Amino acid sequence: MKNKKFLWLFSLLLVVGLFLAACGGKEEGSKTTTDEKEKEETTTPAEEVAADEEQVLNLNMSAEIPTLDSSLVTDAVGFDILNNTNEGLYRLNQENVAVPAISDGEPTISEDGLVYTFKLRDANWSDGSPVTANDFEYAWKRAMNPDTASEYGPYMMSGVIKNATAISEGTVEYTELGVKALDEKTLEVTLEKPIPYFLSLMSFGTFLPLKEEFVTAQGENYAKNSEALLYNGPFTLKGWDGTGLTWQLVKNDQYWDKDTVKLTQINYDVVKETATSVNLYTNGEKDRAGLTGEYAMQYANDPELLTEADTSIFWFKFNQERVGKKSPLANKNIREAISKAFNKDDLASVVLANGSMPANYMIPKDFTFDEDGNDFRDVNGDMSTFNVEEAQAAWEKGLKELGVTELTLEILGGDSDLSKKMDEYLKSQLETNLKGLKITLKEVPFSVRLELDTSQDYDIQVAGWGPDFQDPYTFLSLWETGGGNNQMSYSNPEYDQLLKDINGKLALDPVARWEAMAKAEKIIIEQDFAIAPIYQRGLMFLVKPYVKGVVSHPFGGDYSYKWAYIEGKN
Amino acid sequence: MAKYITRRVIYMFITFFLIATATFFLMKALPGSPISSASKLSPSQLAIVEAKYGLDEPVPVQYGKYMLNLAKGDLGNSFQFKNASVTELIVKRLGPSFILGSQGLILGVTIGIMLGMIAALRQNTIWDYGSTLIAIVGISIPSFVFATFLQYWLGVKWGILPVALWKDGWLSSVMPSIALAMGPLATASRFIRTEMVEVLSSDYITLAKSKGASGFEVAFKHAFRNALIPLVTVLGPLAAGLLTGSLVIEQIFAIPGIGEQFVKSIMSNDYSIIMGTTLFFSAFLIVVIFVVDILYGIIDPRIRLSGGNN
Repeated sequence: MKNKKFLWLFSLLLVVGLFLAACGGKEEGSKTTTDEKEKEETTTPAEEVAADEEQVLNLNMSAEIPTLDSSLVTDAVGFDILNNTNEGLYRLNQENVAVPAISDGEPTISEDGLVYTFKLRDANWSDGSPVTANDFEYAWKRAMNPDTASEYGPYMMSGVIKNATAISEGTVEYTELGVKALDEKTLEVTLEKPIPYFLSLMSFGTFLPLKEEFVTAQGENYAKNSEALLYNGPFTLKGWDGTGLTWQLVKNDQYWDKDTVKLTQINYDVVKETATSVNLYTNGEKDRAGLTGEYAMQYANDPELLTEADTSIFWFKFNQERVGKKSPLANKNIREAISKAFNKDDLASVVLANGSMPANYMIPKDFTFDEDGNDFRDVNGDMSTFNVEEAQAAWEKGLKELGVTELTLEILGGDSDLSKKMDEYLKSQLETNLKGLKITLKEVPFSVRLELDTSQDYDIQVAGWGPDFQDPYTFLSLWETGGGNNQMSYSNPEYDQLLKDINGKLALDPVARWEAMAKAEKIIIEQDFAIAPIYQRGLMFLVKPYVKGVVSHPFGGDYSYKWAYIEGKN
Repeated sequence: MAKYITRRVIYMFITFFLIATATFFLMKALPGSPISSASKLSPSQLAIVEAKYGLDEPVPVQYGKYMLNLAKGDLGNSFQFKNASVTELIVKRLGPSFILGSQGLILGVTIGIMLGMIAALRQNTIWDYGSTLIAIVGISIPSFVFATFLQYWLGVKWGILPVALWKDGWLSSVMPSIALAMGPLATASRFIRTEMVEVLSSDYITLAKSKGASGFEVAFKHAFRNALIPLVTVLGPLAAGLLTGSLVIEQIFAIPGIGEQFVKSIMSNDYSIIMGTTLFFSAFLIVVIFVVDILYGIIDPRIRLSGGNN
């Protein structure tokens, strides 16, 4: 009896022990957080005294930093942080024009537009050593080195920097890339062909410099955490452990333009729930909160609401050849009918209600500007707008040509709540406005949609594109015959020829090139109805009124805090 | 006993191996690629990246290599976090999940046991109905609703506790732990109530009462001990589930836990993290079940552990 009691007690102890062991981790965990807090506290007060207002910004991020190795970054968060901690030859300024940064003034460009020679300004890395031309040569070649397995290196450089295409095909060594340090402060870049938007590319994260000595010394450890990185931009990164949900940007005293930088610190926390992010904002812990779904509606009239046009455009892709078989969408009249048969204004303002704008175009608003600063959008204006009569006329004609009286088409879309809502709306609009049309919906996760896109196994797809560089070509090139993103058997020799000219014989003639691009956009939207634009994405935020001077960018890193400051918080 | 344990340990390894194998092949059957910009790359560019990560090899070869590395304790590198090893990520993320899970479990089970006992001892009174109500509410209200509710009132409106984030030491863990406790609370109280009611009506309780034992003595010394036994069985898997993190709670309170990675890794086809988190969870569950079974045998003499008929 006694023995049994003992056993019972023993097993109870074991259970309790298990719990205690589990709790044991707690002390350690909370200790490190207080340590971090102490660190924060020791750095801020000293700087507080300097300004009459605490120049600290508190931000939410919607995702972690996957990596800050500039050769490996592929995501929005990574490029955003890099844009604030590092600096390339050029940087996007407050008007979103690429201006010389580490490059000391404009480069000299050879007559044929192929060779750019950059002089570098005196700038330092955060360890005090100078930024040299070799840092660029090393970084770009590293991004093309197959051992690095960079995705954006070959993607951004192919067709741009000399030999990049051949390197990614494996026929030329990566060391043959067209970039060369002539001396410590002179960098020579040779292009494959003249690229009119080349200088704006120089502000992109993949083209940042890397200090060879530092990267090789760190080896496997490079970019593992904030200490294993070097910075040459407005801020340095602190307190990032490589996978964590929290980090800080601290003003970089080694930055060449540090007098412009007013913020002393930016505190980041990854918050993935909109509700939480809004609660932290309401509580005053955060200065900005992104709004999605019902929150966007709830705060639609809030004085602190800020709506920004994003540069992603969403459209219907009309697949003309489904898995090798000609589809009804090969008929131009059918495509025209669908293009004009849904009300985009209502879709944007009522269904999406998140700051998105109806799009009657393919090249986004507020994205590219000519030399006088005019938006590309002003050239073509709106095309293929909502028009039920025209839609029905085209529909009748199309059906007649196909010799049918009714059609069943599938819309392939995303599986988020918002996409489902949108798809339902589009279905009802199309079915109401086009007699004899039946729409079936297929809503799948992103990766599945990509697979169906690649195998061209869909009728109509709701897809979108965000730009990779600041030129309409990033959108126009999608519909090249046989192009990797076409995947809908669209082909128009006239369009292909225009594309060739845009990046070929017109490359050095900005005015004619601009016109050619406008013509190409017209062909896609208004002449061939190859795709039907739906909306340009908008983003909604709550921003505290004392946050000033934050610049948002149409491509590359989302924001610049170089010019940001706090005013009127107290 | 020794024979039984050896047998069980062998089974544990086999189970683990089968889980690893099944997960690996199922995961490879998922559509999509861990290479985030795969659709932007030309075939030759993609081939270079795939070769670097060994994705160009046939799946059985990849499986063989993975299992060999696993035997060496190497879980590989994450695809999403390009510079982090899986082990590193799990170790870093486990702490907060463990703290929340254990606090939630202790809180939930303790209160659950108390509620269950009260309900059983005061059967069919307002106390009983009240505790039943709490249990039903606890089980039927999704934890994210409860968590959001807590966050709004305790955090934003009253300002008693931090709204979210993992920065205020123990205080940061209070709300998420309470939210996590609801599940185990409901389970424990239902189990204890049912068992207690049954035990209280058995002959030996009547005997104890007739011998003049006090109500307290009967309830705790005789009834509770026996009512606890079935709870131990469900407690094991419950503990494994809680201690390895909760996606919902971690998201809502912005906590750097492991639970979220279970889901996120699948969405992003991060093969090594999918394997790492699944295997970690399975190992944990297998061990917990084993420990519970052993304990069960010790607590309840009616159960005999033998190597014979398993």
